[in-house]
Amino acid sequence: MEMPPLDPAILARRSEIVAALRAIVPGEGVIDDLDGMRPFECDALSAYRQMPLVVVLPETVAQVAAILRYCQDNKVKVVPRGGGTSLSGGSMPVGDAILLAMGKFNRVLEIDYANRCARVQPGVTNLGVTKAVEHEGFYYAPDPSSQIACSIGGNVAENSGGVHCLKYGLTTNNLLGIEMVLMNGEVVRLGGKHLDSGGYDLLGLMTGSEGLLGVVTEVTVRLLRKPSTARAVLLGFPTEAGAADCVAAVIASGIIPGGMEMMDKEATKCAEAYVGAGYPLDAEGLLIVELDGPPVEVDYLVERVAEIAKGRGATTIRVSHDEQERVLFWAGRKAAFPAVGQISPDYMCLDGSVPRGKLVEVLAEMRRLSKQYGLRVVNVFHAGDGNLHPLILFDANDPDELRRCEELGADILRLCVRVGGVLTGEHGVGIEKRDLMGVQFTEIDLDQQMRVKCAFDPDHLLNPGKVFPKLRRCAELGRLVVTQNNIPFPDIPRF
Amino acid sequence: MTNTIKPRDAKELRQAVEWALGEGVTLDVRGEGSKLALGQPMQCAQVLDLSGLSGIVDYAPEELVVTLRAGTAMREVEALLAQRNQMLAFEPPDLGPLLGRAPGQGTLVGAVMGNLAGSRRLSAGAARDHLLGFSGVNGRGEAFKSGGRVMKNVTGYDLSKVLAGSWGTLAVLDEVSVKVLPAPDQTATLMLLGLDDAAAVRAMCAAMGSPHEVSGAAHLPGRTALRLEGVAPSVEARLKGLRDLMADAGAKMEELGTLESRTFWREVRDVAPLNATPEEIVWKISCPPTEGPAILARIKTQRPAARAFYDWSGGLIWLALPPTADADHAIVRGALGATGGHATLIRAPEAMRAAVPVFQPQSPALAALAARVKESFDPKGLFNPDRMG
Repeated sequence: MEMPPLDPAILARRSEIVAALRAIVPGEGVIDDLDGMRPFECDALSAYRQMPLVVVLPETVAQVAAILRYCQDNKVKVVPRGGGTSLSGGSMPVGDAILLAMGKFNRVLEIDYANRCARVQPGVTNLGVTKAVEHEGFYYAPDPSSQIACSIGGNVAENSGGVHCLKYGLTTNNLLGIEMVLMNGEVVRLGGKHLDSGGYDLLGLMTGSEGLLGVVTEVTVRLLRKPSTARAVLLGFPTEAGAADCVAAVIASGIIPGGMEMMDKEATKCAEAYVGAGYPLDAEGLLIVELDGPPVEVDYLVERVAEIAKGRGATTIRVSHDEQERVLFWAGRKAAFPAVGQISPDYMCLDGSVPRGKLVEVLAEMRRLSKQYGLRVVNVFHAGDGNLHPLILFDANDPDELRRCEELGADILRLCVRVGGVLTGEHGVGIEKRDLMGVQFTEIDLDQQMRVKCAFDPDHLLNPGKVFPKLRRCAELGRLVVTQNNIPFPDIPRF
Repeated sequence: MTNTIKPRDAKELRQAVEWALGEGVTLDVRGEGSKLALGQPMQCAQVLDLSGLSGIVDYAPEELVVTLRAGTAMREVEALLAQRNQMLAFEPPDLGPLLGRAPGQGTLVGAVMGNLAGSRRLSAGAARDHLLGFSGVNGRGEAFKSGGRVMKNVTGYDLSKVLAGSWGTLAVLDEVSVKVLPAPDQTATLMLLGLDDAAAVRAMCAAMGSPHEVSGAAHLPGRTALRLEGVAPSVEARLKGLRDLMADAGAKMEELGTLESRTFWREVRDVAPLNATPEEIVWKISCPPTEGPAILARIKTQRPAARAFYDWSGGLIWLALPPTADADHAIVRGALGATGGHATLIRAPEAMRAAVPVFQPQSPALAALAARVKESFDPKGLFNPDRMG
């Protein structure tokens, strides 16, 4: 993975930069020794590691503003970091950039049940928000699998999803407001406890911008009342096509399940061996469908889903009868990644999204690619919204396997785009999918995105080397040569 | 006399923008023109009429997505979805009658450009939450796209969000993909009678915070309405639960069935209670729900003739004021105080909309940022100049 060349002038000024940061953040908030910086050298895309120039842990918005202003004035790059759980290298350090770690922003500032929202600092964990309100029967809906460790600020940056997105939306659908600091040190508030914006929806633009536009210092999230019940249905099918058909049929019948997950035979086998959830080992496609809401509705929908599954040839239909059984059905799915980790030294998790109708075609093609590259692929995915998580099994100590794994991964993502899908459904582009952006976007598409970036960060100082395969200078992007027309459109109807 | 240019395909759309760029001509971009009376008035030499770019490109009910051309009429989309028992869950309002026009006009993209939403905004989101992707032309005359047709997508910036609610000032769209959802089998409304504003908002907030999945909470003078939607057994059970919960409010209760409910909520959605008095100024105020009554009370101390009703559990105030020279904008926006909400002037004579900021003024830093974002799409200010002030 190639990163932008380090700027020797910045590296040479390291001690001066460290001193300037210490003047802003006193005490132990600036870490410049190798041992102290070691825990920050990677995020959850741990195949890639890099020591930052220096780590700074601010505690106040004023400090964040002063740091960014200093960096802007001195043209020093900045990599923001929340919980460090990015699967795409979104918070991977850059050698000539300071790492701005937001971990000390860890307080829940206000909980407002009447207006169903909570104001929290960005370093609060995703699960921390739910923990703060669950005693009153509320929760925060997006639930990425890293929710115990990932931060809300990081969720905003990545527009994180989870298994309940189909019904409850992603981060972007569950935010009311943020406060953020721009690269020039200006503090801007977007949204609040009210809905929508009076001007451009910059809150929506910030969400999923992967830390390239601004640094979030406060987040107002929407709280939801916990559904009164949830039941899960475990469905086993003799073919993957049967399982995929069932997914489409459930949705076409007007049911939006709280979650609808699919696992292939290999994933089912791994998960079963790991947690013993009672999964049918003969099923080629396994579905977990969760229905939530009032008990009478859940009972009604469980029956309808079971009926649809029967009509689609399901050979296993099991309905959870109590909370313990529901949790057990999920236990295998939730442990699927570590379970796969038991059968392979390493695995790479992909994140393409495809139209649901293409699932079967994509699975078949993936199997062909898997053979071609000589690497096993295990499939776990959010079937309800077509978000795939193929896991490629490989051994990172074998350079050839690593290379083949990267190539196979790229081919699978190209396949996703080819069938009308996208490179990433919830993990983000980061550095991981950066060089594939050209598969999904034209240069004009990417230039337009970069111009938006320039509106926030004209010197490309914030989270450099991420998302865009190649950066163009803002001055160059902004140039517009207008040539005078000589024919005013004879072909277009005019009135 | 304004000239109109009406492209028939994506190529002509791009050429039209290129031409305007070359001529230095600004464009009044419109679909059916149903919301022309909304926003800051514009002085454009040229109308760019998108109604020639019309039609459904693809509708996949089991994928929950419809792709259509920018000029496609809302009525066409809604009729298509209804055939498969699906809907636009953001409940786009028909503001025609409020703005003095016939009902049933407007395009889906027009609703997206205004980021409109009806009562279901609370539970299902606004237009912004349903725009999955688009293709269009920026102010440099370049065809570009963002997003896609899938539910979950974080590839690149989510430009759909910033396009939704941009009132056509950033780019001209050619095609959009929009998320659709199953329409509910049944709708019921629990109506609480005789509550004052403060008690009504308390009741609505309690209902929204209950597990009964309330999908609309509106308060009209004397009537507070809570909507339940879904499959019959669920609606019935939740209605009972909600009745029990609302017993505390001490109000007399009535129930509306599916048909009556649909009529009632359509009227709330379309702001019908304020239609009959076209001379009145209409404001739309978005605020934290619990602040609604205090904001309205502050306005009423200065303008006792103000009429209003609430949607979004109190977080949306539709306000009608007797006509004044400046639409009482200082009073209305002053009443928001430190709540952080925003007020938009929805109905007012053209001269007044030219003189008064239609959209909520922003802090200098935010306004400067918004201007830079505008420039990043449309550096020469070709599209709908001044519409957002």
